[in-house]
Amino acid sequence: MNAFASSPGAGGLSSRVGGPPSRGRLSSSPSRGRGSSLRTWRLGERLALIAAWAAGLSLCAITAAIVLYMGFRGIQYLRPELLFSRPQASLSQAGSGGFLDPLLGTALLTVIGIAIAAPLGICSALWIVEYGQGGRARQALTRVVESSIEIVAGTPDIVIALFGLALFQLHLLAFVSFTASGGGVYGRSFLAAGAMMSLIALPPLFVAVRDGLLAVPAHMREGAFALGKTRIATIRRVLLPAVRSNIATGVTLGVSRIIADTAIVVVLLGDVLRTETQGGLPGLSLLRGTGSTLTSYVYDNSPAGEGAAPQKAYAAAFVLMVFVLLLNLAVERIARAHSRSGGFAAGGGIV
Amino acid sequence: MKMHEVPPARAMHEIPQVRTTHEVPRVGTMHEIPPVRTIVLDRPPAPVRPVREREAIRRVAAPGPERLRLEDVSVSYGGASTLGRRGANAVRSVSLSIHQGEVLALIGPSGCGKTTLLRTLNRLIELTPGARRGGRILLDGEDIHELEDTALRARVAMVFQQPNPFPMSIFDNVAFALREQSRRRPHRRELEPLVVGALERAGLYEEVREDLHRPALRLSGGQQQRLCIARAIAPRPEVLLMDEPCSALDPISTSVIEELIGELRRELAVVIVTHNLAQAHRVADKVAFMYLGDLVEYGTTAQVFDEPRAPRTRDYVRGAFG
Amino acid sequence: MTRSAPPLAGPADTRRGRSIPARALERLRRPWPDSRAGRTLGAVSLLACLCVAAMVTFVAVRAWPIFAHDGLGWLGPGGSLSTQIETMLNASTDAPASAYRLHVWPILYGTLLITTLAVLLAVPLAVLSAVFIVELAPGPLRRAMVPVVRLLASVPSVIYGQIGILVLVPFVGNHLITTSQRVALESRVQLTGAGLGVAVVILTVMIAPIMVALVCEALGAVPSAWREGAAALGVNRLRAIRALTLRAIRPAIVAATVLATARALGEAIMISMVSGSVFFAPAPTDGVAFFYEPLRTLASTIIDNHEGIGSPALRSALYALALLLLFSAFVLSVAGYLIKLPLRRYGVRA
Repeated sequence: MNAFASSPGAGGLSSRVGGPPSRGRLSSSPSRGRGSSLRTWRLGERLALIAAWAAGLSLCAITAAIVLYMGFRGIQYLRPELLFSRPQASLSQAGSGGFLDPLLGTALLTVIGIAIAAPLGICSALWIVEYGQGGRARQALTRVVESSIEIVAGTPDIVIALFGLALFQLHLLAFVSFTASGGGVYGRSFLAAGAMMSLIALPPLFVAVRDGLLAVPAHMREGAFALGKTRIATIRRVLLPAVRSNIATGVTLGVSRIIADTAIVVVLLGDVLRTETQGGLPGLSLLRGTGSTLTSYVYDNSPAGEGAAPQKAYAAAFVLMVFVLLLNLAVERIARAHSRSGGFAAGGGIV
Repeated sequence: MKMHEVPPARAMHEIPQVRTTHEVPRVGTMHEIPPVRTIVLDRPPAPVRPVREREAIRRVAAPGPERLRLEDVSVSYGGASTLGRRGANAVRSVSLSIHQGEVLALIGPSGCGKTTLLRTLNRLIELTPGARRGGRILLDGEDIHELEDTALRARVAMVFQQPNPFPMSIFDNVAFALREQSRRRPHRRELEPLVVGALERAGLYEEVREDLHRPALRLSGGQQQRLCIARAIAPRPEVLLMDEPCSALDPISTSVIEELIGELRRELAVVIVTHNLAQAHRVADKVAFMYLGDLVEYGTTAQVFDEPRAPRTRDYVRGAFG
Repeated sequence: MTRSAPPLAGPADTRRGRSIPARALERLRRPWPDSRAGRTLGAVSLLACLCVAAMVTFVAVRAWPIFAHDGLGWLGPGGSLSTQIETMLNASTDAPASAYRLHVWPILYGTLLITTLAVLLAVPLAVLSAVFIVELAPGPLRRAMVPVVRLLASVPSVIYGQIGILVLVPFVGNHLITTSQRVALESRVQLTGAGLGVAVVILTVMIAPIMVALVCEALGAVPSAWREGAAALGVNRLRAIRALTLRAIRPAIVAATVLATARALGEAIMISMVSGSVFFAPAPTDGVAFFYEPLRTLASTIIDNHEGIGSPALRSALYALALLLLFSAFVLSVAGYLIKLPLRRYGVRA
């Protein structure tokens, strides 16, 4: 499932119903003869034509509806002070504060997630592409690594969340979170959630970097080798700069996956509204602490959660959508800058 | 070993001898010429009949009615052409006549517009964005511009340079046009004799008769091209256009296909683009020589090859340029 | 022969004089030989495999008590699931064996139902949209569709859930469900509008964009020689797509379906918000009301009960559900691979 194949074919088989004939000299406008009239088409094909148009336009309509509705509600309910005030537990709407903490929680999780996933993904992609060809054993290992990343990509985020819980409730990893007085490890913290978020962000990043590396023409590597550089030096000086935009695309896709994920946050970040730190050390206490993110905030405030403040939920959802839109724009900007073609391929796959 | 120490040269007699299967002539003994190795073929290529004999055969079977007439046809690709001039014509004012029972060869150096002209004949040029066409092309008296393009292409078929069989079985490939050109889907019973007939006319049936449901992509290159020919002639077109059909094939497949063209021309008009002069000489009845978009000369094979009127034609067929 | 010069390092005498950490740092800062770099990168790459192995192990270990109790019988029907979960929630650390009783058939059925319906709707929608984008749409519209599909795919599931629960569910509850349907089902379940129909519709919209992207890519990768050949045979555009192009991209459609099914299986948050959260198995014999009945899936059960994960019985139950999800995702990939194998025979790219 190569994300960087060529863009969707242009042209295709064109037949237009009717069209001006041209005779004599060359016409100044493109001359097309008569296309096949719809009368000769079978009934099934006419229906399929209508259905294809309906499908495409309905996707557009649904997207427009979602964006416009969330925008409308967001503008209706979003106040600037919501962005900068911390949430407070309160029974009334007016006193329950804003969502600064969830906002910072999202940012923190994203940073932790990418900080773990980026080196992991880039190193794996480099190893597979550059060092992966070798004997049978090396190639088998390559297949194993690629299959594992595919398995991780296909795993539901709930299962990853439960895995994270099981992992960080080990006494070995008690330092990651809070240990209760009875000896039970809590297992939930920013660090725990961030580590599992890295698993979510890893597959798109890996695929983007791997496809970028595969697309680097052979003569760039060969030129470097001919100058006597080692493979690792070639990677550092030639290949990594060449795939900068792919790395950027992969990171952006990973970030959009992280900020959109709710299940891991709900399970692994504790069910608290405000950020609570844990322990004494200034940086580590925040990492070991619990909190919330925009997604869990929306979930908790909707009728499915406590349902206390749907208006605040709309405002937070609007902010989330704005982030998603900005990230999509970023992916497209990178894709356009990197290759002059549009389409899904140049920008990296959606998965 | 220190850097400045060079290993001693080995004496000539210490260098191991290369063993050969036959005698290698030693320098200075030119009269010892190695014997010519005989090349074994499973099937030799078909012998070439001289032009007069072919013309004699052809005169007995008179050429049929006129199928295609080109009147003052010009084609250009919009924007910068390969020559760098804006809107340069790929084809300029070509007028030709193509009859059933004849093979017309379009010859000329690369870039002279022969493939463009060929693709104009079945309006495949419209798939290229920016291509513009002028002049008239009449198929049996009807302007092809007025016909529906699917109806036109059902009567004017094309075979491409690279064999392009579809990813289906042999049967499905040949039956593709038969199934999809008709309004209602024909039954397999109706299709079978037509498919077998097309494969026989293309000279492929004997080789694939045991299993028509084998994947088409498993065939060899020559077989795939013959399959493409069978696929093209299955709906009984009036004209067959061939764009360098043998350039990707080995000599034996080439000779098989050339023989095939000779037989096909009885029921069709064939237009073949080729850059291989010898092939044009073997296969064609009429030859049109094009150079940089212009039709320089048009006549029978004997005329163009033996008594060309234009000096440029003479230079080309004698190999002065290509 | 004299001894060769020492490899790149400082002069021999200063090497002796340095401490061990300084020497290690030096070794790190020197250009690495390829073998060491290769081994390091390989070790980092194998972390991904380690994660997968650890995931399967941890989840299986924690899920074990449920299997120990009933074997695979816990997948079948039996008893009220809500009371079983209740019992587990209340059981303390030394839970008796009876607390491990679990029969998850209702939610297994709910998962299969939602997934099948959503995939059945999404595949034609995605294929038709992809054909529209690649072949039928005029230039500006085609360029606009690309960001549209990408945006649809990246909308967070919690936002889909919010739109569902705040817009679609009230609409269905107030305008589509008739009183007679409510009365007919009063004894068994309450119809609120949150249920199968809304969940399937939103899930279809969620999984379609993933498929659209993959199918578009595959359509673009079909060799132009085939399209030209079909055009030269006088086959009109849509017919050529149906008879040739769609056959040629069958492996891509299979891969896209597998991916979409895996996504649908694992969706927890949106379903938990929109499906009514009742342990009920919708019955097709109820007619149109079938689409209004609430249900629960494996994933949504996990997320609904995750607070009680401290109690050991409930913990092993939830991990058993997670193991089931993991297993099904794995089975899907293998099935997808197996389906694509015979397609390679005809030269279809897989």
